[in-house]
Amino acid sequence: MADSRDEPVLEIKDLNLSYYTRAGEIPAVIDFSLEVMKGETIGLVGESGCGKSTVAMAIMQYMGSNGGIKSGSIKFKGRDLNKMSDEELRRLRGAEISMIYQEPFAALNPSLTIGTQLMEVPITHEHIPEPAAYDRAVQMLSDVKLPDPERVMAAYPHQVSGGQQQRVVIAMALLSQPSLLLLDEPTTALDVTVEAGIVKLIADISRKYGTSQIYISHNLGLILETCDRVFVMYSGEVVEEGTINSLFTWPKHPYTHGLFGCIPLPTADKNAAPLKPIRGQLPLPHERPRGCNFGPRCDFFEGGRCDDKNIAMTSVTGSGATDHRVRCLRWQEIDYGKQVAHGEVKPPMEVGEKVLEINNMQKYYEIHDRSIAALIAGKTVKLVKANEAIDFDARRGETVAIVGESGCGKSTFAKVLMGLETATSGVVRHEGNDISQIAVRQRDTKQIGSLQMVFQSPSDTLNPSHTVGNQIGRVIKKFGVESDKAKIRERVLKLLDVVKLPRDFYFRRPRQLSGGQKQRVGIARAFAGNPSMVIADEPVSALDVSVAAAVTELLMEIQREHKTTLLFISHDLSVVRYLADSIVVMYLGQIMERGSTEEIFSPPYHPYTEALLSAVPIADPEVTKREIVLEGNLPSVMNPPAGCPFVTRCPRKLGKVCEDERPPVQMAADGHAIACHIPLEELRKIESVIKVPQLDERIHVKGTKETATVD
Amino acid sequence: MLIFILKRLGFMALTMVIVSMVLFILLETNLFYKGDVATRVLGPYVSAEQREMWREQHGYNEPTYKRYFLWLGHFVTGDLGSSLRFKGPVNDILWGRLWNTAILGFWVFAIMIPVSLILGILAGMREGSKLDRTISVTSIITTSVPEFASCVIFAAIFVFGLKLLPGTSGMADGFDFKQLILPVLVLFTYDFGYVARMTRASMAEVMTTQYIRTAVLKGLPYKRVIMRHALRNALIAPFTVIMLQINWLLSGVIVVEFFFAYKGFGALLLEASLNQDIALLEACAMVAVFVAVGTQMIADIGYTYLNPRIRFS
Repeated sequence: MADSRDEPVLEIKDLNLSYYTRAGEIPAVIDFSLEVMKGETIGLVGESGCGKSTVAMAIMQYMGSNGGIKSGSIKFKGRDLNKMSDEELRRLRGAEISMIYQEPFAALNPSLTIGTQLMEVPITHEHIPEPAAYDRAVQMLSDVKLPDPERVMAAYPHQVSGGQQQRVVIAMALLSQPSLLLLDEPTTALDVTVEAGIVKLIADISRKYGTSQIYISHNLGLILETCDRVFVMYSGEVVEEGTINSLFTWPKHPYTHGLFGCIPLPTADKNAAPLKPIRGQLPLPHERPRGCNFGPRCDFFEGGRCDDKNIAMTSVTGSGATDHRVRCLRWQEIDYGKQVAHGEVKPPMEVGEKVLEINNMQKYYEIHDRSIAALIAGKTVKLVKANEAIDFDARRGETVAIVGESGCGKSTFAKVLMGLETATSGVVRHEGNDISQIAVRQRDTKQIGSLQMVFQSPSDTLNPSHTVGNQIGRVIKKFGVESDKAKIRERVLKLLDVVKLPRDFYFRRPRQLSGGQKQRVGIARAFAGNPSMVIADEPVSALDVSVAAAVTELLMEIQREHKTTLLFISHDLSVVRYLADSIVVMYLGQIMERGSTEEIFSPPYHPYTEALLSAVPIADPEVTKREIVLEGNLPSVMNPPAGCPFVTRCPRKLGKVCEDERPPVQMAADGHAIACHIPLEELRKIESVIKVPQLDERIHVKGTKETATVD
Repeated sequence: MLIFILKRLGFMALTMVIVSMVLFILLETNLFYKGDVATRVLGPYVSAEQREMWREQHGYNEPTYKRYFLWLGHFVTGDLGSSLRFKGPVNDILWGRLWNTAILGFWVFAIMIPVSLILGILAGMREGSKLDRTISVTSIITTSVPEFASCVIFAAIFVFGLKLLPGTSGMADGFDFKQLILPVLVLFTYDFGYVARMTRASMAEVMTTQYIRTAVLKGLPYKRVIMRHALRNALIAPFTVIMLQINWLLSGVIVVEFFFAYKGFGALLLEASLNQDIALLEACAMVAVFVAVGTQMIADIGYTYLNPRIRFS
C-alpha cells in the first residue's frame, strides 16, 4: 500500500454523477475533482441539494438503485473504486473508509445492542474472536469519552442520549482505524455545547491516528474550525476551492461571497450591518441555466458571457495560496472592496412601553409513575419543573431572544404565553392583562390576534389542502380585522406584498412552495391580526443559509414597520447576537442570565453563557475564541440537580454550595442578572470568550493581497 | 414484564366477562329477542304446561341477574349445558370439533407461515425487482379470490378434473390425510397473500432505513445485513398479523368446513345458529372470544419481546 505523504489517500477526477428518474437523467454532481492527502481534512460546504452528500455516497459506492456514476474516477490509495467488485468494496467499507452520519439515532439498529453493533466490525474485518472484539469495542468507547462503556455496550440505542449515540457512531467508524473518514453533517442534530465536544473529539482522534477526513456541512463556521481545505458547492458543481485561510479571507466566487453576507457574525448586528441575502433560489437540477449555474442570482452577471458555455475551474493567481481555484469568468474583474459586504445601515429602533411583563412564572408538569416501586413508596406523581421562576420584561418594538439547548423549557414557555398551557403560578402580563391562567379557548379574538406565533417547521403548520390566500384570509376574518370578502382579499394581497411573495401565490397550495416561501406565508399569517407581540420559535433553523438570511431580514423589516415586540426563541447564538436587543439564557427550566445583548456577549458571564459562546462556530478566521468544552450530558428535566441546575457540567463549580443551594440572582448592572454562586467581582475578572479584531487591524482594511498569505 | 403479563391477563378476564354478559342478554332474555325463551328452545308445538315446566326446570323463573350468575358459575366450572340439536352435553360435542379445526388450522399455519414469510422477505429485500413483482401480483390475485370461489375452483380441478382427491372431508372412516388437503389448500391460498404482502411491505421499509445503510457501509456481508439487521425489525409487523390470522381462521373455516363437510368448529357454529341451539351457541361464542383475546395477548407479549424500544421503556 502506498503510504507516502505525496500520494493522495483519495483522488477523485472529473467525476459526474447522475440520478435516473422518469423525467430522464438528472445530473447531481458535475465535473468534480478532489485530492485528499494523509491526515488532511477537507470540507464540503453548500446548501441542501448542492450534491455534497451525493459525493460522499459515491465514494462509498452506495448510490441507490436510481443513481449512478456517469464518468470519472474515484481512486482510493491508487485503486479505482468504480471498478471494484462487490466483495472488494465490502472489504474496504468500514475497514479503510468509514462514515459518520447526520442522525445517529436513525443510523443505529434499534433492535440490536450497541455492543453487538460495535463488535461485528472487527469480527467481520479482522476475524478476531468475540472476547477480543469486546475488549476492542470497550476500549474504543472509552476513547470517545463515553462514561461507563460496559453499560453502553449492553444498552440499546434508544437507552442513551443523542450526544452519546453520536459518540457510539463515531466509535463504530473508528474501530478498524480507517484511513479515510466521511462525515455527513455529524453534529447538525445535536445541541451546540454537545456539538463542541464532538467536534473536538473527532479532531483529536483523527490527529491520533492520522486519519484523513471529508467533512460535509452547511455550517461555514464549523468548516472553519475543523478543516484544512474547503470546497464550496453550488447546484452540483464546486464553485470555489482553497485553503481555509485563503478562501475565508479572500472569497472569489460571488456565491461564496454571498454566503458570507448571509451568516450573522459576532461582529454584526441588525442595525449596523444587516444581512444581505442572496436573491432568488437554487435552480432545480433539471432547470439549471446555461453557463454559470449561479448566473440568475449573481449581481455581477454579464449576459452573453456568463451564460454562454460551461465554465471551467481556474486557478486564482496572485493571492499567494497555490491551490485556490474558482469557477467564475469574472473573478479578476470583481472588486468586492467597493461592494458593501452587508445591507443598508439602519438607525436603531426606539423601544416603547412594556408590552410583556413576566413575574416569577412557573410551569410544572405532573408525571404519573405506575411502577410498583412508586406505588409502594406512595410517590406516583412526579413534578417536572419545566419552567422555574421566569422573570423578565419586553417592550414595544423590542426583540427579546430566549436562548437555550433542548429541554431548557423555552418551548414550554412559549406554550404558556400562547395559552396552550396555563402557568402553575406567577404572573404573565400582556398589555396589562394577566394571561397566565387563561387558556387559548377562553381568550377573546383580540387577545389571540395580538399575540401570534411563527413556528419552526413551516411545512407542518400550513394546511396542505387550503390555498395560501384562504389560510391567511381565514385568520383575518377570525380576528375580525375585516369582514367584507373583497376587503379581506385586498388585505391578504397586501400581506403577500409585505412578505415579498408574488400576488399570484394567493391561489397556490403549500406543496407548490419552497421551504422559505412557506415560512413567509407563516409570517404573513402571524402578522394578519396586527399583533403587538409575535413569538418566533426557531423560525429559520430548518432553512438553508441564504434562505434563512432572507427570512430573518424580512422578519426584522416587518417588525420595524409594525413596531411589534418579537420574542425570538433560538439555540443559535450568532443569529441571536445579530437580531436581539436583549437575551434570556435558560438552562433546565431556569433563567441563568439575562440582560442586553451587549451585556450577555461580554463579561461578566454566567459560566453556562460562557460555554455557549465558546461553542458557537464562527465563520471568520480572524476571530479568536477561548475554548471551553463542557463534559457530560444535559441532565434530564425529570431529575434535575438540587442546587444550581448547571452544576453537573460547570467548569467553574465552587463546591458543595453549588450542589445544594439555589444560586442567588446577582445584578451585574441594571437589567443584567446572573444566577450564580460565584461573586460578581470574580465573574468580572473573566476575560472575553470571543475576540474580534478591531476594524483597522483587519486584513481587508490593511489592504494588499499579499498580506492575505497567512497560510 | 411480569406486571405487564398480569395486567394483560386481568384485561383478558374482564373482556370475557363483558362478552358473556352481552351474550347472555342477547340470547337468554327478551330484551332484544322478542318472544318467549321456552318457545324459542322447545319450538312452537308444545303446550303451555310443558313450557312452564321447562322454565321451572331451567330456572327461568328466577330474576335475570341470578340466572346470569348461575349460568356463569356453570360455565366456569366446565358445565356448558346441553345441546338441543345433538341431544347431549355440549362438552361431548364441542371439544372434538374444536380439535378437528385445530388440526386443520395447524396444517394451514405450518405451510402458510414459512411460505409467506420467505416470499415476503425475498420480495421486500429487493423492492421493484422481477421476483418482487411476481410475488406481489400472485399474492394479490390469491387473496382477492374469496374462499367459496376457490373451494369450487379447486374442487373442479382436483376432484372432478384430475380425480386426484376426494370431494368431501367427512372423515367417515377415521382420519384420512388425503381428505384434509383441499380444505388446507383453500385456506392457505386465501391467507398467504395477505401475510406475504405485509411481510414484503415491512421488509421493504426496513431495507430503506439508515441503519441498514450503516450495516452495509460497515462492510458486513450481505447475508449478515439481512439475517442480523433487517429480519428482526422486519418481522415485528407480520408477527402481529399472523396472530390475528388465528382469530380469522376460527370464523374463516365456516365456509370451507361447510363446503367440504368437514366436522369442525366452524360447521358446528353454523349448525348451532341455524337450529337456535342456545347452549351450544353460547359455548362456541365463548370459545371464539377466548381464542381472540388469548392470541391478542400472545401477540402483545411477543411484540414487546421483538421490540426492545417497548421492552425497556
